[in-house]
Amino acid sequence: MDLMHDDVERLLLEATTSRSRKVKNRLASIWMFGSLCVAVVPLALVIGFVLFKGVGQLSLAWFTEDLPAVSRKAGGGMGPAIVGTILITLGAALMAIPLGILGAIYLHEYGGRGRFARIVRFMADVMTGVPSIVMGLFIYTVWTLAFGLNGFGGSLALGCLMLPIIIRSTEEMLRLVPDELRQGSYALGNRKWRTIVTVVLPAAFGGITSGVMIAIARAAGETAPLVFTIGAARNLNLNIFDGPMTALSVQIFGNAQTPFDAAQSRAWGAALTLVGIVFLMTILARVVSSRVARRHAA
Amino acid sequence: MSLLTQDHGVAPGNGGDAASLLEPTSGRRGDAAFRFVALAAGFTVLAILGLIAFSTTKEAWPAFRDEGLGFITSSTWIPAEDKFGALAFIYGTVLSSLIALVLAVPVSLGIALYANEAAPRRLRKPVVYVMDLLAAIPSVVYGLWGIIVLAPAIQPVYRAINGAVGDVPVIGWFFNGESGRSYMTAGIILAIMITPIVTSLSREVIATVPSAQREAAYGMGATRWEMIRAAVLPWSRGGIVGSVMLGLGRAMGETIAVALVIGSQAQITTHLFEAGDSMAAVIVNQFGEASGTHRAALIGLGVVLFGVTIIVNVSARSIVGRFDRRSRGA
Amino acid sequence: MSPETITQSSPAASGAAPEEILEPPVVFDVRDLDVYYGEFLAVRDVNLEVHQHEITAFIGPSGCGKSTVLRCFDRMNDLIDTARVEGQILYHGVDLYDPRIDPVEVRKRIGMVFQKPNPFPKSIYDNIAFGPRLAGFKGNLDEVVEQALRSAALWDEVRDRLKKSAMGLSGGQQQRLCIARAIAVQPEVILMDEPCSALDPIATARIEDLMQELKSEYTIVIVTHNMQQAARVSDRTAFFTTEVNSESDTRTGVLVEYDSTDKIFSAPADERTENYVTGRFG
Repeated sequence: MDLMHDDVERLLLEATTSRSRKVKNRLASIWMFGSLCVAVVPLALVIGFVLFKGVGQLSLAWFTEDLPAVSRKAGGGMGPAIVGTILITLGAALMAIPLGILGAIYLHEYGGRGRFARIVRFMADVMTGVPSIVMGLFIYTVWTLAFGLNGFGGSLALGCLMLPIIIRSTEEMLRLVPDELRQGSYALGNRKWRTIVTVVLPAAFGGITSGVMIAIARAAGETAPLVFTIGAARNLNLNIFDGPMTALSVQIFGNAQTPFDAAQSRAWGAALTLVGIVFLMTILARVVSSRVARRHAA
Repeated sequence: MSLLTQDHGVAPGNGGDAASLLEPTSGRRGDAAFRFVALAAGFTVLAILGLIAFSTTKEAWPAFRDEGLGFITSSTWIPAEDKFGALAFIYGTVLSSLIALVLAVPVSLGIALYANEAAPRRLRKPVVYVMDLLAAIPSVVYGLWGIIVLAPAIQPVYRAINGAVGDVPVIGWFFNGESGRSYMTAGIILAIMITPIVTSLSREVIATVPSAQREAAYGMGATRWEMIRAAVLPWSRGGIVGSVMLGLGRAMGETIAVALVIGSQAQITTHLFEAGDSMAAVIVNQFGEASGTHRAALIGLGVVLFGVTIIVNVSARSIVGRFDRRSRGA
Repeated sequence: MSPETITQSSPAASGAAPEEILEPPVVFDVRDLDVYYGEFLAVRDVNLEVHQHEITAFIGPSGCGKSTVLRCFDRMNDLIDTARVEGQILYHGVDLYDPRIDPVEVRKRIGMVFQKPNPFPKSIYDNIAFGPRLAGFKGNLDEVVEQALRSAALWDEVRDRLKKSAMGLSGGQQQRLCIARAIAVQPEVILMDEPCSALDPIATARIEDLMQELKSEYTIVIVTHNMQQAARVSDRTAFFTTEVNSESDTRTGVLVEYDSTDKIFSAPADERTENYVTGRFG
């Protein structure tokens, strides 16, 4: 406190005139508000272009037809890619969600401040920073080399990406459940695991759902983990264990690198579709979490 | 053993069968089993991280063995001749990430301060929403926009700057070149992408400044900016550094957007407007057609990238962790 | 142990001649109980008997171990890693801390109501039905819920909104809900840890009335900071205080006196008890 007092006194004394202090304050305010404007510009530009250039592609055929045989020609649709994104992401979610929730339960309900739990918690944080391309290479070495290109490899890679995110956000939600609820359950003669399942998880449900949806949205948009693991397919493949698939993100990446107008248009359309899916999930997640917050405050 | 009986609704049990307490129960095993499953789930995090390190290094070993230290010190990358020196890509990763930091940190800090200190209450939520939306846009969409919209549009700007200062000493070393797809463009796209994470982490840190400190500054007649400099910034310095490092880690690992706009030229140059390459971009661009040692070398790049981002992340988390403990203990 | 006769005057019958009756059976027989948290001795040498269908109150200043002892009766202290118990607590002759005993089974017979009402964020119905469902009750759950709510004097107020969330009830209603929830599993004993300290006086009075009704069916042990409350509702009172340990500079809780409530408040044997109940300290 004394140190800060000296700082402020020094600032006050340093200021030559009251006007120069006001000017500095003004400049700082301009910087702060200006930063917000600077950030909004690319957001508007990117979303704007995606909307503008992509909307023309959307049609019933877009959602249902297979990809064209020759990429530089127009025609065909993104059906396989949309299905691929959904199936592969779903596969990843089915693996990462139970594992992530159980891991968070371990961290909060059993591990607490113990040494092993602290290590796991720290490593989960570190794992959120592992580049998605490394996850893709990893799954390539342990799955694709042995079992070939298929959708499931993509699911494994995306699952690895989602796992630490789900663990950390779920743990935060478990932390918010007041301990008195657990005590009340124990006092009724309830076992610890049943307390977790019948009292704690339902109480944290909204927050957990919100965190999970954000993780899914993030996974659905990933490209690098899929490039090495799912291969490329033009036709609809509903079996994630057998044969290559395609996904919206991979399609955008491939088409963006070509010089052909038709291909680039397809890329914009796929981008619009993907952004639509991702935004929908992100907004839903926010709605769920704010509804939960309102209920707890009541 | 339940004391509830069918014939009457609710009546107190009698303790006469207290002796039945001594009988063994089966329920305890359920608790032990559940604990084990949860522990195993937690353990998978460590298992996966370990497995990543192990299996990628194993697959990359042929390239490491052949090149030795030259893998990271040599800049000669010629797959056809089995030469794999990754220095140019390491340089590109670092350079594009630094550009991103230089551009993103002032903006992110400004937004974080605005949201916490200067914004009217009604605007705070929208600011968070804007950041969420920025963060939600997939990187491939940024890349698509970058390569089709930004690169061609910014190229005349580069040309103009190059023309103006390209020959001036010192400044000309950096602001040289004319390629729309270049280090600079990659840096710009990366800056846009890491702004949300640096902003939201900095905001969390700034929010922990005790209001007592703020009030003390105001009480002495400080302007808002003076209060920020005296109370907010010194307090949050550690946490902000941690957030910036996490942003750095994110920028270094970013693949797809960079691959599309960096130009894919393996060259080490200070000319920011010239094309370059980064580790992640090289991996994704060359993997499809690579085989044998080339493929091993690309996986080796992945190992280097993994190691570097782990180091950056661990350091960042330690700094943030130390800051966290101090602010809670203080 | 030979049955002693005590003079028991019921709070409701004023002016009636005191009767000599036999003592009701012993539910808890606490012998030389010491409770440690790690190395720290929180409370020592507790010896008392809790009798059936009576309200027994633990009173005393803060930190003297009242809640600690209470939480031994339903083994809730087990939840704290460092807690350790020496001595015996015999429940109908069975030592609650016998290693063969599963604490979960103990808690099914000995229920607890906490200081801060803690209903689950579920409907009123689901809160009450929670315990019975847990025990695998297959009969008419609606009846059980209604009975429990009637016993807790809450039925009339909530009968029309059983499916609404319990979080919408007032503090006093929530506490009665917690009592109903505890009753629904048909315990023999109800432990109450400062049940009214978070409530306003009117809600407090309603719960004190409820306790009087409940004691005919249950055995109640209550910890309270409020000695007037103990004087109002309880049949027997135990007074605890702290003693300083000179070597370790810590305070350990100790049971000073345990007797019928009348005696404790009108003619206490120990000077410390007298100081406390006459308000000279604490």
